Amino acid sequence: MKAERISTKQDGRWLGLYVLAYLVFLYLPVLLIPLFSFNDSIQAAFPLQGFTLQWYATLHGNPALSGALENSLVIGVMAASGATLCGITVSYMDLYGRSPMAATISAIARLPILIPGVIVGISLLILVNLVGLGPSRIAIVLGHILVALPTTVVIMRSRFAAIPKTVREAALDLGASDWTTFRRVMLPLSLPAVLSAFMLAFLISFDEFIVVFFLAGTEPTLPLYIWSQLRFPRSLPTVMALGTVILAVSFVIAGTAEVLRHRGLGAVRRVPANPA
Amino acid sequence: MLLPGAIVTFLLILFALGLVLFLAFRNNDGSLLGTGFSLANVLTVVSDPLYWTVTLRSLIIAALVTLATVVTAYPVAYYLAFHAGRRRGLLLFLVTLPFWTSYLLRVFAWKIVLAYNGVLNSALIESGIWSEPTLAFLNTPAAVVVTLAHAYAPFAILPIYVALDTIPKSLIEAASDLGARPFTSFRRVVLPNSMPGVLAAALVVFVPTVGDYVTPALVGGPASTMIGTLIQAQFGKANDWPFGAALSVCVMLVILVVVLVARGADRRFGSRT
Repeated sequence: MKAERISTKQDGRWLGLYVLAYLVFLYLPVLLIPLFSFNDSIQAAFPLQGFTLQWYATLHGNPALSGALENSLVIGVMAASGATLCGITVSYMDLYGRSPMAATISAIARLPILIPGVIVGISLLILVNLVGLGPSRIAIVLGHILVALPTTVVIMRSRFAAIPKTVREAALDLGASDWTTFRRVMLPLSLPAVLSAFMLAFLISFDEFIVVFFLAGTEPTLPLYIWSQLRFPRSLPTVMALGTVILAVSFVIAGTAEVLRHRGLGAVRRVPANPA
Repeated sequence: MLLPGAIVTFLLILFALGLVLFLAFRNNDGSLLGTGFSLANVLTVVSDPLYWTVTLRSLIIAALVTLATVVTAYPVAYYLAFHAGRRRGLLLFLVTLPFWTSYLLRVFAWKIVLAYNGVLNSALIESGIWSEPTLAFLNTPAAVVVTLAHAYAPFAILPIYVALDTIPKSLIEAASDLGARPFTSFRRVVLPNSMPGVLAAALVVFVPTVGDYVTPALVGGPASTMIGTLIQAQFGKANDWPFGAALSVCVMLVILVVVLVARGADRRFGSRT
């Protein structure tokens, strides 16, 4: 018995090393972008040529870039609002609505996971042309609501499910209507998860490329701007500087969302086996 | 309260997919929805060997990527579930963080790694292993596989981890009490019980990779054209929407078959436990 326990402990150590190597593989290629964004050379190659901030300076005063940034921010906020609203209502009705319709909607809402982005993109392109919108900001917002929907539904569903049933039943027993219970009890208790879902949906929209490629009109988003610059070898350092800023912002938003997702349930009960 | 969800799911998902199916059986006359009923698009996709080649290549690339991501992710998920202890939360966060970073930037990173005068070539020459830069990295199907496997790696860990984490510890203890060696109890208890997670992971990696068009365009070169590339071209340069819709329908059918096979496998493993 004792020998066995030692062997599993050693297994754990070897596995730990493996996980470390895996994390290096996961992060190394991505971290090359910030590394070479400070490199004083037009080529991303070793040896490093010395430290420079000139590529970051090229980001400033670039009207095409700031236009794309503004576009991405507006679309991100609108898409995240839509996806969060849908995520809240779809998962709440799925859990407490007790109608076959609500269950069906919830099932279809998770369907985009099984559709490649290129098909989501072209199907929406046909749709927005059919209704006369054409490729436009609104078209992109609709596309991103769709792409972010499975994420917001999953986050909100697990949060609503984590609130003890007794809380909702107490509100209903005290005479609150379904709507009041939702608005005054369930929604406030889920607020951190709502924020978390909103931030992650924003991030999905902000970074999304595969669907937006088909739906953008004359105003590109930031990923489309990057794509257009990839053809020019001379603008690669600028792309790396821009990429570094985007990565940093993404890390901060994702980190904050992760913290929020697990916060606030302590008031209701301690969550067992909290993964964070 | 059902309204927002109903609009999105019925209009944006079901109706839009229905439009694709409808368009696949129309003739291209330059108008939005084409004219007449026609099987020509579907017949071309099925009869032209070019589309078989590209579809087969997409399937092989997606299968290799899926295999690579699932096999490499499994030990990580296993460590998270059974050995991570207090570091579990931090590690879970670290493996999911890349999921929230730009896919385009992750692919772009591989482009600068694999380029002729890129990171890998220059590092190999700098360290004396290589004497001349090689063209062999970029613009190959292998580059597509490596890049996609890296880009979708975070997708695979979470489903496997959840499956492993929900295996009752008493099952594993019972196996070792009954005299099973650690490897036997892994093979006969842990692995079969985690198969639903493995299959879910395989699906969430397979679906986006089989339809991908960005990675082949950036690091794949002409020899790595995938079915997504062809669909994108029909809605762009080639401007034959009905034919692009027919290709999309074929991709969805392929995915449907894969999902059904995975379901069947899931049920088999499910009945064993």
